[in-house]
Amino acid sequence: MSAPSLPRLQHIIGSGIVALVGIWVAYISYTQQPSEAFLFPRLISSVFAVLAFWTFGKACLGWTKVGSGISGRQFMNLLPGLVVALVYIFWAAKGFGFYTATTIAFFILLSLYDPAPHTALKSWLKRIAITAVFMAVMYGLFAKLLTVYTPREVFF
Amino acid sequence: MEFLFYMGDVFTPINFGLLLLGTIGGLILGATPGLSPTMAVALLIPFTFQLEAAQGLILLGAAYTSTVAGGAVSAILLKIPGAPANIATTLDGHTMAQKGEGAKALQISFLASAVGGVFGVLLLIFLTPVLAQWALAFGPSHLFWLAILGVTVIGSLDSKSVVKGLLSGCIGLWLATIGFDDIMGAQRFIFHPALGGGINIIAALIGLFAIPQVITMFAKGRHNDGAEVIKVQKHPVSGAIRELARNKRALGIGTAAGSIIGLIPGVGGQIAGLVAYDQSKKFSPDRDKFGTGHPEGVIAAESANNAMVGPSLVPLLTLSIPGSPTAAVLLGGLLIHGIFPGTDLFDNHPDVAWTFINSMLIGQVLMCLFGLYVAGLAAKVAQVPQSVMAAVVLGLAVFGSYSVQSSMGDVYVMAALGVMMYFLERFGFSAAPLVLGLILGPIAEANFIQGSMIANATDGLAPYFLGGPLNIFLIAVVVASVLYSGYMELRTRRYTSKEEIMA
Repeated sequence: MSAPSLPRLQHIIGSGIVALVGIWVAYISYTQQPSEAFLFPRLISSVFAVLAFWTFGKACLGWTKVGSGISGRQFMNLLPGLVVALVYIFWAAKGFGFYTATTIAFFILLSLYDPAPHTALKSWLKRIAITAVFMAVMYGLFAKLLTVYTPREVFF
Repeated sequence: MEFLFYMGDVFTPINFGLLLLGTIGGLILGATPGLSPTMAVALLIPFTFQLEAAQGLILLGAAYTSTVAGGAVSAILLKIPGAPANIATTLDGHTMAQKGEGAKALQISFLASAVGGVFGVLLLIFLTPVLAQWALAFGPSHLFWLAILGVTVIGSLDSKSVVKGLLSGCIGLWLATIGFDDIMGAQRFIFHPALGGGINIIAALIGLFAIPQVITMFAKGRHNDGAEVIKVQKHPVSGAIRELARNKRALGIGTAAGSIIGLIPGVGGQIAGLVAYDQSKKFSPDRDKFGTGHPEGVIAAESANNAMVGPSLVPLLTLSIPGSPTAAVLLGGLLIHGIFPGTDLFDNHPDVAWTFINSMLIGQVLMCLFGLYVAGLAAKVAQVPQSVMAAVVLGLAVFGSYSVQSSMGDVYVMAALGVMMYFLERFGFSAAPLVLGLILGPIAEANFIQGSMIANATDGLAPYFLGGPLNIFLIAVVVASVLYSGYMELRTRRYTSKEEIMA
């Protein structure tokens, strides 16, 4: 028997996580009190767990036909952007202040994924200009027009 | 004819200004590859908080209508459908553009969209009040089954895998139970203070629709510069009108197919466009010309995908069942303004309901006028590199979800759901049933609890929820939609594997 191919292994891991969540939701629904509050979750979680097991079983047997998984190259492409986005959302936006963090994150993401050469001064100036225009629009929209008070924290 | 009474409200300066803004913005957003109508409407919801209910809905409705039509711009000039609804448009539209008839293709697509769209909104106007009255006969058990029907129909019809579609719906229904329950006030599935008040619908919508798109753009890496746009030569609008008049059959087929398909929950604009294209080809004496830059193909596809917009709102405004993912986002927009669809909407808020519906009618005309003249500008926007687009959408998503309740918790929920949805989508799960579960979950639960109380005091749970002609009919539709989708999935797979063997 050959080792499972990458997409099949990914399907097993992905559907396995969903199945674990399904079991856990069902377990909580059937064990937590007051039971009246968990009546509807019980109904849902039972169907959730059955469908999740069905999907997991299909993945284990290699019968899954839908979903292409993620290739190594796609994952390596998205990883830096995802890390920057998550640091921005879960830490920097609150730590630095919304506008400062957004400016930094926007500029880094733009620089990371912009196909223009990283050695040309012109493309860096373009990125700085795009970031400045974007932040001016965001500030105008949210701070001035919608009067949304954002966390200021360390910086502006 | 009650709608005529509220027609003047559309033309107040603020309302009309918002209609113009939504229409122009929608055309530009629709023409931008990677921004779907659903995502565009979800990103716009935070901007409606400062507005009155009718004003907010005017902005969202205009954006919905014109993003679907605007998607034709990139379909024709870039061969990239702006939305799934524009897939059929690429077949002949792009070939026309390659032959130097880009302007003509754009003009007939906007004219056909307007004809189909106006017909669809008229259906919405005349069908909705009748069905809303009919919905008065619904008790808790029927409303419970209706909510389940909404989730299962979208789950089974909108997904490539029936089981994964239904599982997505279940995940959505479960997410809807997070927070304090309404009856006992008990905590359910709260692991972080951000989840104390439950999952905020708007933050969830932004996360589920916008973040996976942003991550998809990241996954493409640095090789995703703006696409090459075909240059558009001038073409007289009168020529396009004559072309449309010559192709009345395609226009009729597209409009009829779009209107009928729009009424069926879960069957979106993509199916409407493809079915209309296929039927138009079958009935055309020039069927060999389809795919070679034939105007009939563009007319059929574009009239259909806009004709479905109005009818897709009929089940939403009467029974709270969104007919499409974008309609589900609109439902979120209604709920945050404290308005519930159904008879409540037409009895207690007729001004909101009719101003919104009328604005969609006027919006179709505006969309056509602007589309005819600003399509070239919209095409320029379509050239924006995806690196810029990803960063802009991420910024808007974070600010938008924060502005809902000025809470970082909503931003965390948005990001967590978005990242989760990206990975789930890679394994064949889809966002639409999950969102439906999240939105319809509270309705299903409230009616389930209310129904259980009535059932305990009367005949018991099983006879109350499973008996009666309306319950049986709704259950039969749930079962039939799941079985039909399962059958279609198996048939598609068998057909595909046969093709693979032949190859």
